[in-house]
Amino acid sequence: MNSAIKIRNLSKRFNLGEIRGYKTIRETLQNMFKLRMEKQDVDYIWALKNVSADIRQGEVAGIIGRNGAGKSTLLKIISRITGPTEGTIELKGRVASLLEVGTGFHPELTGRENIFLNGVILGMKRAEIKARFDEIVDFADVEEFLDTPVKRYSSGMYVRLAFAVAAHLEPEILIVDEVLSVGDIQFQKKCLGKMQEISTKAGRTVLFVSHNMSAISNLCARGILLDHGKLIYSGTAKDTVKIYLEGVEENKTKKMEWTAPDKKYPFMNVVKIKRFYVKDAKGNIPSGRLFNSERYDAIIEADLLQSDGRLIFFITYYSDDGTLLFTTDAHDTGEINFSQVSPGPIKLSVPVPVELFANKSYQIELVSALHYTGWILPAGNESMMRFEFFRDVDSNPYSNETRLGFLAPVLRWKLSRL
Amino acid sequence: MPDKTKERITIIRPEHGWVGINFSELWEYRDIAFVLAVRDIKVRYKQTFFGAAWAIIQPLFTMVIFTMLFDRMTRVPTEGIPYPIFSYSGLLLWQYFSQSITQSGNSLNASSNLITKIYFPRILIPISATFAGILDYIIAGLVLIAMMFFYQYSFSFLIIFVPVVLFVTWILATGIGLWFSALNVEYRDIRHALPFVVQIWMFVSPVIYPSSMLGKYRWISIVNPMSGLINLHRMAFLHTHPPDFRGFLLSSGIALVIFFSGLYYFKRVEKNFADRI
Repeated sequence: MNSAIKIRNLSKRFNLGEIRGYKTIRETLQNMFKLRMEKQDVDYIWALKNVSADIRQGEVAGIIGRNGAGKSTLLKIISRITGPTEGTIELKGRVASLLEVGTGFHPELTGRENIFLNGVILGMKRAEIKARFDEIVDFADVEEFLDTPVKRYSSGMYVRLAFAVAAHLEPEILIVDEVLSVGDIQFQKKCLGKMQEISTKAGRTVLFVSHNMSAISNLCARGILLDHGKLIYSGTAKDTVKIYLEGVEENKTKKMEWTAPDKKYPFMNVVKIKRFYVKDAKGNIPSGRLFNSERYDAIIEADLLQSDGRLIFFITYYSDDGTLLFTTDAHDTGEINFSQVSPGPIKLSVPVPVELFANKSYQIELVSALHYTGWILPAGNESMMRFEFFRDVDSNPYSNETRLGFLAPVLRWKLSRL
Repeated sequence: MPDKTKERITIIRPEHGWVGINFSELWEYRDIAFVLAVRDIKVRYKQTFFGAAWAIIQPLFTMVIFTMLFDRMTRVPTEGIPYPIFSYSGLLLWQYFSQSITQSGNSLNASSNLITKIYFPRILIPISATFAGILDYIIAGLVLIAMMFFYQYSFSFLIIFVPVVLFVTWILATGIGLWFSALNVEYRDIRHALPFVVQIWMFVSPVIYPSSMLGKYRWISIVNPMSGLINLHRMAFLHTHPPDFRGFLLSSGIALVIFFSGLYYFKRVEKNFADRI
C-alpha cells in the first residue's frame, strides 16, 4: 500500500508577538526602532517539532493530544492554510479539509445558495454539486427551508445543512477537525456513519481530530498521539487512546491536586488560577481513589485581579474513555456573580456528587473562560485528573461491579400496593 | 475517478520570499472566484427595499447635488457639456472604481473565516471583490444612455473605448485592492485610511470638474491615473473634444505598475495571512 500522506521532519514556529494580536503601522515602526536599539530576542514557540509520519491510502487516522499539542496546527499545514517552518509533506490526491462546519456560509443567502457556495469553497465543482444536490438536501433534511436565508435557520438545521455538504465531498484525502462536537447525537451518529462509509467503501484516507476518545477508537484504525508539538506515539487507535489516557493522568496513586504551572495563561489580568484539587471531609487530599462512603469537595483557588462578570468556572466529568458525562458551572445556583466579587484571592468549592458514580474510572477537569471572549482553560487541558470510584457502601445486595452505563445514580425507588 | 488523480502529488514545504503565480492553480480554483463574486452581487441588495435601484440612486443623487452646487452656484466651466451629464459620466466610472477598491481593500479581513479554515489561492478574494461592481456600472450606465438621449448626444465609434477604459480601471482597482487588502491583514490602519483616501482621491480627479480647471496644479492629473481614465471615459460617450490618448496611455502605464507591484507584494506576504489575520 502506498502512503497518501508522507510527513517528514515537520516543524512550525510561531512568534509570540504574532499570537498576541495584530499591529498598527506605528507599532511596527516602534518595534523596528526597538530592535535596532536593544537587539532583543524574539520570543517564539514551536507548535510542532520534527514530526514525521506516514498515513497509508484508505487509512482512517485519528490524531489525539491535549489542547496545544499541535493537532490543529498539523491539520492546518496539511490543508495548506498555513505553511511549515521546516520539513515537508507529500500528499497524494485531492485534499478537502473540514476544520469548521459551514465555512463560507453567508447568513443572508438561502440554503440552496449556500449549498453551492459552501460546496465550491470546500473544493467541489459546480457540476458535481448539481449532480448531488438532492442527496445533500435529503441528508440535511431541510427541504422546506431551501429558499429561506440561513440566518433564519435554527442552529441544528444550520449544522445539518453544513455537514451534509461536507459529507458529500469526494476527495482522496479528507481532513476533519473537531466538528462533530456540534449538532445532536442522532446527527453525529449519521455523520460518523457517513465518514466510515467514505473510508471503507471508497477507500479514501481520512485524518480525524477529536477529543471524543470513543469516536476515535470506533472510527479510526490508526492513532497518532501528539504532545507539546512532538509525535510521541503512533500505532493502532485503541493503543494510542490507551496511552493518551494513561499519560494524561500519569498514574493512579497521584494525589488529586493540580497546581497551575508558572506559565502564561490567557486573561491573566483578570484571574490567575492557582490550584485545583479534591479534598475529603477531614481536609486531606485523596490519591486517585474515591469512595461513596466519603464526602468530597472539588476546590478551585485563584487570584481575582478584576471584578469581571464574564468569568466562568466549570468542572467537567469524563468517563474513562473520554466521553463527557456532565459539567457543573459555578453559576448554576445563580448565587455567584464575579462582577460583584472584589479582587483578591478566592476559593470556590463544590461537592463531588458521589451518589452518581459507578464502580468505574472517571476523569475530572477544571475548565475556565471569559464568557464570549475566550478560553482560559479550554476543554482537554492539563488540569485533568483521573480517579477510580468505589462503591464501598452499597445498599444493593446484588450490586455488581460491571453495571452497564457510565453512571449509577442512586434514585429513590418506591413500592406500594395496588 | 481515481485514474485522473493518480499522479497528482502536492508537496508542502517552507516558502521564502516571493513565490511565483501558479496560473494552472488559479484556473483550477476559478469556481471560487465565481461564487464569491456572485455572493457579493446577491448579498449586496438583499433585504433592501429599492434593490438594485441603489446602483442608480447613488450616482444620480450625487450628480443632482453637485449640479446644484457647482453649476447653479459657482458655474464650473465644463467645456460646453451640460453639467449634469458631465458629472454623471465621471461619477459613473468613479463609483465603480471607489466601490471596487473599498470592497477589495477590506476583502481579506472580511473573509478571515475562509482564510483560516480553507485553502485556495488567496488572491482570488481581492480579485473577485472587483467584479461585483461591474453589474452596478451597467445598471447605472443605462441612466447615462438615457441622459444622452435627453441632451441629444449620439453614439460615435469612440464608444468602443468604454470597455477598454473599464478594463484598465479594473486593473488599477485590482492593483490597489491587492496592495490594500494585503496591508490590511497586517495593519488595521488601512481600514480607517481607505474611506479617507477614496474621498480625497475623488476631489483630485476630474469627476465633477474638468482637468483644465486645475491650472498650475495640472501635475495632479498627470500623476493621478484616474484622470486619464475618467477623461477618456467621458469622451468615449460624449465625444465633444478629441480624446486625450496620451493621458490614457500614461494612466494605463501607472495602473500596470500598481497592479504588478501589488501582485508582487501580495504574493510575498500571502503565506502569513492565516497566522496574522
